Amino acid sequence: MSTTIATPAATQQPEKKVVFSDRLVAENRLGQRLVAPAVILMLLVTAYPMLQALYLSLFRYRLTDPSNKSFVGVGNYVTILGDSLFWKDTVNTVIIMVVTVAIELVIGFAFAMVMHRIIFARGLMRTSILIPYGIITVVSAFAWQFTFSINNGWVNSWFGWLPGISSTTNWYGDHWHAMFAIMVSEIWKTTPFMALLLLAGLSQISEDMVEASKVDGATASQRLFRVILPNMKAAIMVAVLFRGLDAFRIFDNIYVMTKGAQNTESSSFLTYRQSIEQFQLGMGSALSVLLFLTVLLLAYLIVKFFKVDLAQARGEG
Amino acid sequence: MRVLRRARGSNPHRSNPRIRRLTGSLAVLATAAGVLTACGGSSGATPTLTWYINPDSGGQAAVAAACTKASNGAYKVVTQTLPQDANQQRVQLARRLAAHDSGIDIMSIDPPYTAELANAGFLAPIPQAEQQTLKSQSFQGAAAAATWGGQLVAYPFWSNTQVLWYRKSFVQKANIDMSKPVSWDQIIKAASDNGGTVAVQANKYEGYVVWINALISGAGGSLISDASKGVDAKVDVNSPAGADAAKVIQELASSKAAPPDLTVAQEGQAGSTFEASNGAFMVNWTYIWHNYDSTDPAVAKDIGYAMYPETVAGKTSTPPYGGIGIGVSAYSSHVDLASQAAACIVKPENQGINAELTGNMPASEAGYQDPKLQKLYPAPLLKLFQDSLNAAAPRSVTPYWSDISGAIQSTWHPPTSVNSSTPSSSATFIEDVLKGKSLL
Repeated sequence: MSTTIATPAATQQPEKKVVFSDRLVAENRLGQRLVAPAVILMLLVTAYPMLQALYLSLFRYRLTDPSNKSFVGVGNYVTILGDSLFWKDTVNTVIIMVVTVAIELVIGFAFAMVMHRIIFARGLMRTSILIPYGIITVVSAFAWQFTFSINNGWVNSWFGWLPGISSTTNWYGDHWHAMFAIMVSEIWKTTPFMALLLLAGLSQISEDMVEASKVDGATASQRLFRVILPNMKAAIMVAVLFRGLDAFRIFDNIYVMTKGAQNTESSSFLTYRQSIEQFQLGMGSALSVLLFLTVLLLAYLIVKFFKVDLAQARGEG
Repeated sequence: MRVLRRARGSNPHRSNPRIRRLTGSLAVLATAAGVLTACGGSSGATPTLTWYINPDSGGQAAVAAACTKASNGAYKVVTQTLPQDANQQRVQLARRLAAHDSGIDIMSIDPPYTAELANAGFLAPIPQAEQQTLKSQSFQGAAAAATWGGQLVAYPFWSNTQVLWYRKSFVQKANIDMSKPVSWDQIIKAASDNGGTVAVQANKYEGYVVWINALISGAGGSLISDASKGVDAKVDVNSPAGADAAKVIQELASSKAAPPDLTVAQEGQAGSTFEASNGAFMVNWTYIWHNYDSTDPAVAKDIGYAMYPETVAGKTSTPPYGGIGIGVSAYSSHVDLASQAAACIVKPENQGINAELTGNMPASEAGYQDPKLQKLYPAPLLKLFQDSLNAAAPRSVTPYWSDISGAIQSTWHPPTSVNSSTPSSSATFIEDVLKGKSLL
């Protein structure tokens, strides 16, 4: 039985392949030719520095002491992985990433709903929601630094009536206050980006399906949790993936607001300080290699967690 | 579209390929000639020397103009401004010099980083005869801060020092005799008991290390010794002097005299704290004297000054030393001219011009003779500045200062966390950082 069915399929399958293969081969060749310049450029500007970083990470090498360059093998990696500062900064980075992305997801979704549904002054509303994302990060970080400043910062002036806040609250005086200020700045800056990605997901959902669920008597929350969100899984994954990786590389806000004081350093900040401020190119390179591997692992975990078909996420499904 | 083609075709210059090629070739030649003329130094034009300066209120630009004029057409000095933060200045200079950037001819270098740049071979040597002149004209501390490997490697330009600034009305109320040396303990208690503040620089930055270094030196100790041994230098922080320094910081941080922004205070914030109605004492640089002239004349009239406070009562204080030395890049296309310009920049009269405009005091006694400077500052204050410079303790001269400073900042910040175990933990950490065993 099974042989009978399989045989015609087997005889028909090659015919179909023959029909498409010539066109596919031609398309593939054209595609390769078109992609080649970009691949060469990527190899030059991405792969070469990465290989160079990998090579440098095996040396003890200081920019201002080039004569003392010495091969240490995996010594830099051993030092880094055995150092409490590295783990402290990694924990900080993960906290910032998880908290900011979670909050941005909720607020961003609310913004996306507003942008999707609103009819009156639609363009104006969308533009005003997206303004923070258009501002250069360093500029917004400076603005937030002054906002949380103990001297004349408006957080202290306006929210002094809240418990725990007064005109003399030093937001950069301890770890958690400083982390809070950094995260607020990060959320304010990047929530519009999250909203934009989720808006794209929202617009993919068929209105007929939502209407049908309404007709079937689904409540608003049922429509949200059983119709809209499940259909936005791919969009949410893309948003979380992009923002998660972006948040993991947080640097500008920390650099401007605390310069890493009160143990607010992130992994990127540590890498910057080792390479650029301390000129320890070997150690800095080892840190950047570890950062790259962590980001890779993180991307893999996020994709795994959402269990979304990547073709669907790309909009091909 | 056809009409457009015809219109183009009607232009005889565009229609003839030979003429088009000739015109193109001439344009390329003209551009290349322009570029080569601009890049080449042998065009006969006056060489331009680029001086990378720390941001100031116009002093260095005025000196650049004066030296351009004095050169009688031999060279022209133009200035480019470096970032505000001293460490960022170091980063920019070192990165560009490591790449042998010939765009830097002369540079203003913060003293703690002079040894690092000199050790890396980035600074052109100063002729021996010039070294003798500079050593004899400069304050001893200024010359010491600009010396590495037994050679003067930077031209001492200006020398700053910190003094104790106080509000005359406050000390009158608190009944303290400021004509005699005072200790940290005394001023902290006086401020605490009378509702005043003591303003210092205690953010996580170089300025905090300046304070710690002054406290330890004032107690007779040092951060490191045998600095010439590089990473094998002896770390001396864990000592009775280190303990005395930690005690002062702990005392201030836990007292009522601590400003609310103590942990983030830099020079500017300290100035604001001092300006407030409960401002009592402040340690800060020389330019503070004219800081409130236009913004708060009442405070300006109320300022008094005294020698830097003693870490240990009865033991003479060693105030912080700061300043700028002028370095000539080893990769400059005009090393000889740049050296001539550097020698001009640090002439006592030019030190005076800079001091008048910026409040950054000269590196030589002769620079203090500038009549305008003497008019701007009272004679006792100018004497105090010079006494303070003579007693000052420069930060350790070592190519690894940034490691040491960073390790100190990591272990002594925030000041509210400093206690009796801080000197010991910081000594271990500095050693580990220098040996590459710990991340900074």
